[in-house]
Amino acid sequence: MSGRFPNFNEQETRMGKKMNWLGAALLAVGMVGAAQAQTVKVGIIAPFSGPFAHYGTLFRAGAEAYVASQGGKIAGQNIEFVWRDEGGPNPANTRTLAQELVVKDKVDYIGGIVFSPNASAVAPVIQESKTPMVIFNAATSDITTKSDYYIRTSYTLWQVTVPAAQHAAKKGYKRVVTAVSDYAPGIDAETAFKAEFSKLGGQVTESIRMPVRTTDFAPFAQRIKASGAQAVYVFLPGGPPNLGFVKAYQENGLRQAGIEFLGTAETDEFDLQKFGDSALGLTTLFHYSGARDSAANKAFVAAVNKQNKEAVINYATVGAWDGMYVIHKMIEATGGKRDGDKAMAAAKTLKWESPRGPVAIDPNTRHITQNVYLRVVEKGAGGLLINKEVQTFPAQVDHGLVK
Amino acid sequence: VTLLANILIDGIAYGMVLFIIAVGLSVTLGLMRFVNLAHGAFAMTGGYLAAWLVGEQGWPFAWGLLAAVVLTGLLGMLLEALVLRRLYRRSELEQVLFTIGLTFLFVATANLLAGPEVQLIPLPGWLKTPVDLGIRTLPAQRLLVIAAGLAVLLLSAWVLGRSRFGIWLRATVDNTGTAASLGIPVQWVYALTFGVGAALAGLGGILGAELMPLEPYYPIKYLVLVLVVVAVGGMGSITGSAVAALALGTIETASKYLASDWGSLFFFLSMALFLAWRPQGLLVARRA
Repeated sequence: MSGRFPNFNEQETRMGKKMNWLGAALLAVGMVGAAQAQTVKVGIIAPFSGPFAHYGTLFRAGAEAYVASQGGKIAGQNIEFVWRDEGGPNPANTRTLAQELVVKDKVDYIGGIVFSPNASAVAPVIQESKTPMVIFNAATSDITTKSDYYIRTSYTLWQVTVPAAQHAAKKGYKRVVTAVSDYAPGIDAETAFKAEFSKLGGQVTESIRMPVRTTDFAPFAQRIKASGAQAVYVFLPGGPPNLGFVKAYQENGLRQAGIEFLGTAETDEFDLQKFGDSALGLTTLFHYSGARDSAANKAFVAAVNKQNKEAVINYATVGAWDGMYVIHKMIEATGGKRDGDKAMAAAKTLKWESPRGPVAIDPNTRHITQNVYLRVVEKGAGGLLINKEVQTFPAQVDHGLVK
Repeated sequence: VTLLANILIDGIAYGMVLFIIAVGLSVTLGLMRFVNLAHGAFAMTGGYLAAWLVGEQGWPFAWGLLAAVVLTGLLGMLLEALVLRRLYRRSELEQVLFTIGLTFLFVATANLLAGPEVQLIPLPGWLKTPVDLGIRTLPAQRLLVIAAGLAVLLLSAWVLGRSRFGIWLRATVDNTGTAASLGIPVQWVYALTFGVGAALAGLGGILGAELMPLEPYYPIKYLVLVLVVVAVGGMGSITGSAVAALALGTIETASKYLASDWGSLFFFLSMALFLAWRPQGLLVARRA
């Protein structure tokens, strides 16, 4: 707060010089301006309504829990969140929201965003206004190349898929089938797996693309079974498709046939309990498990539970939490003043212990460098299913941008 | 040969799920000529009730299913008596607007009460075990769906074609005034038919939940699929709906085995062709 006073005094003296009938009004305006400047405004764009509203809830729980864990203030500054509803994939609308946040609400930082097309659409706005934007989720690699003011604290499909291919190769698999949902992230995942796996001498014998609105996955399960593959690498969006595929994998006896399931976000904590015992033993490669056994993670889980008992602890919650850590450090570096370039310079050198493990911001891609873990679904305390980390692939960069 | 058998088995199983979800709509939209876009909402209600009774209250699966179906039917009758009855004489646009609004109400309520997550109906052990068919295994649950689909088909064909109630219903729909003057309790006929339609929707929601998981947006997500089945099958023809569901289910499954890159193209292409060939429904020959 003290950092603000010179600014205030300056305005006061200037006004003292020509104290007339306007002066009082100007003084009042000046005071309001100064009072506002003591608060750092953070605009969060996320889905708060519709089928994806749970992301908004989790972002909010993670971000607010972070501020609460710092005693309600960050680097001595008050934080004011401005929440904006992204709804669903809608780039034009998201761009308008970002514009309003910058022009009308005069936010210092923007955070959030679930969908990749929405994240890319914001680029011109943040580039021109020099507003740092921390992406909490959107996972397409090339987003951060579209503006110098993007930082990302989530993951990319390349980042988690390359270790998946390495795991398959190390297990001695020669023939693997990929089965992905037929839309941009699915294709991204398929390309990433193929590239790495063939580099390691394996062969992707069949690449199945499943229509997005598929409800009956039995035919695909039968195809995978008939292909004679040793493992199947899958990518499916969360919710019903995810549940449907795992069910089909079980019911059609793929596990008994010895075809290993290799996924990424499929056993995410948001869906995990719904799988029931059919999920036991599924292997996934991902950057965060809510059940991670570390002091930083325990503190994180406790803070989020205190903020919102209902909130699921998963990659979205931790993405928001770490995103707020980055914003925290940027506020610290700029003393709470609006200075996009200085903030970005500070963010690029960050290195810290996150609930997910040791992480850093890669200065070139402005994407988070982090461990990727091989996890197996197990029964944890209280009979709940957990993703148990069994192997670490340390310090993975975004393999989509850093080849 | 294995491939062909696989396509047929999965196609019939999928088609029966489609049929069992669509049959209720075939009754309300087809027989009663009421544009009931809230059909999916009743299916979801049945599913949620079953999930709650079996999953949370620990009822046995069979009883939970029965109770959920009956309760959904009663809810349908209640809504019919209170509000929907007033819409029969209104234009189709008003029926569409009202029932889609009703659907949104159900969506929001489900979201509020149970949250956005997928709800599961726990299956008893005997339904979970895969059954060996010789060439491959099929989950027992699918066999139950196929059996239930056949039972619904036979039962409804008998009720509509042979029973007194069927005669009353057809008379009431064709000419309400005359039917009433002949002493048919038309209001009861409407309410009961709508209730049965809703109950069948609920049954479909429960049995189909393995393929179409229950979540708040269920009523909107699967509406198109259901409307396609009823449209291709022909208004009010339950046998037609069954044939349409099996044909479309097999086509969709075949395309998943043979040409999945084309997505749902073949499903909708065949819908267009069927409708061009038999606009009145698959089993109704085109009148000159």
